Amino acid sequence: MINTIYSIMETILPFEWANFNFMKNALLAIILIAPLFGLTGTMIVNNKMSFFSDALGHSALTGIGIGALIGVDNYMVSMIGFALLFALCISEIIESETSSSDTIIGVFSSTGIALGIVLLSINGGFSKYSNYLIGDILSITPNEIALLFFILIATIILWFLAFNKLMLSSLNSDLAYSKGVNVSLYKNIFVIIIALLVTVTIKWIGIMLINSLLVLPAASARNVTRSMKSYHIISIIFSLFSGVTGLIISYYWGSAAGGTIVLVSAVIFFVTFFINRFCKK
Amino acid sequence: MADINNKINKLNKNNCRCSVKINSLGVKRGDNVILKDVNLEVKHGEIMALIGRNGAGKTTLLKAIMGRIPHTGDVVFINHNGDKIENSKTKIGYVPQTLSFDRSTPVTVADLFCANRTKLPVWLGHKKETLKKAEKVLHMVGAEKLLNKSIGRLSGGELQRVLLAFALEPMPDILLLDEPVSALDRRGISAFYELVTSLRSEYHMPIILVSHDLGHVTRYATKASLVDETIVLTDIAKNILSHKEVKQAFHLYSGEDLA
Repeated sequence: MINTIYSIMETILPFEWANFNFMKNALLAIILIAPLFGLTGTMIVNNKMSFFSDALGHSALTGIGIGALIGVDNYMVSMIGFALLFALCISEIIESETSSSDTIIGVFSSTGIALGIVLLSINGGFSKYSNYLIGDILSITPNEIALLFFILIATIILWFLAFNKLMLSSLNSDLAYSKGVNVSLYKNIFVIIIALLVTVTIKWIGIMLINSLLVLPAASARNVTRSMKSYHIISIIFSLFSGVTGLIISYYWGSAAGGTIVLVSAVIFFVTFFINRFCKK
Repeated sequence: MADINNKINKLNKNNCRCSVKINSLGVKRGDNVILKDVNLEVKHGEIMALIGRNGAGKTTLLKAIMGRIPHTGDVVFINHNGDKIENSKTKIGYVPQTLSFDRSTPVTVADLFCANRTKLPVWLGHKKETLKKAEKVLHMVGAEKLLNKSIGRLSGGELQRVLLAFALEPMPDILLLDEPVSALDRRGISAFYELVTSLRSEYHMPIILVSHDLGHVTRYATKASLVDETIVLTDIAKNILSHKEVKQAFHLYSGEDLA
């Protein structure tokens, strides 16, 4: 299966970098991750939750710490478990309206990263986990690509079933409620999707950069679109474009792929920002 | 004869004839009592205005009626046959006081209507039928040209009309309006209230509205209630100004009262 895909890629991509399997894997992974991030990022930006997904990324460090303490080989399970708990806690506390939401998220975010550092440094070997901070898309294996593929399909299905309700809730929860939308259910569904997405992909993208990849394409698309349809299409296009271009540039520059991709996304953001400013005048 | 009766029945079913009855409703936030022992009945065809000082609990009462916030006591919806309708099956039309949302949000009016009425995710497209229905109801409020505008670019008055249209699709069993004219100019206000009055005569749904303007209340509402933690008094809207409590709440003292 994977060999057929490789040979197809080699025929349509007659470039030097396409000779390496790790580059082909990385490219496949990006083609799967980019639309995922482009799609869900729109809702994160709509809900003003970019801080929240950032905190989730930080919580992954605690998840790894717990996994290392228990002694499991694959940190994915402990990360997902902790991120879900973390996410639902934040969303409950925000709901109770005792404190402003950015304060709550800020507190959780720093707790997540501090607890992770403490847990991982207890045995004296923090450096071996430092690759989680930056991530390494070039290390992705064909099995993991298959996993990403299924996650993409699952997210698209959910985005089919729940999107309209999510959008109404994000616009105004009272209004959505008056139309019979179970606002807190949809909020929790959304929070769970983001928690899963962030923790599953964090190994390849890295704790430091994951949020930029989630938020930047959607934020850029928002600068230049007026309807939900164009918003989503443009967000996915920006996400794919910056992913692929960033990966290729990183190959020639010898730089880290994640960072290069984020830089390309950031350039797109500033360009669209000025287009928006310019057009308004 | 039977035929005519059938027709009338059909008509009555299409037109909402439901009413709402609120029994000893109370709302607490933490230890603060916001509303207590509220008893209120609004029948079909009535426009009930809730008046009172800021923070008297008017908006909270509306939210409690639609079930958005936890409360004690009960809110009962009754259909045209006098039977109870389950609260979850009652169609509520709600127009919020202000819609606080991010003005840069890329949502068009069409997106808004289709997100509510169709399963097809609006980022993939809109259904023609739904758009037609939306256009029809937007036409009722004089906003048919706004269908493809993004909601962040609407003026305050335009947004309020769009929100009223949104509340009317599907036609609700009860209409709750929270200071619906706060963003309208004078012409907009009378147009808005004339529309609400015509809805009442056409569809007979009970309408509850919160208002600060006693002029609007006496002109357009049928009944009015003074709210201050509870329902202080209820009267026919035209008579509401004659009550001492209302005068006090709105600082309308005549020379006699001052002496």
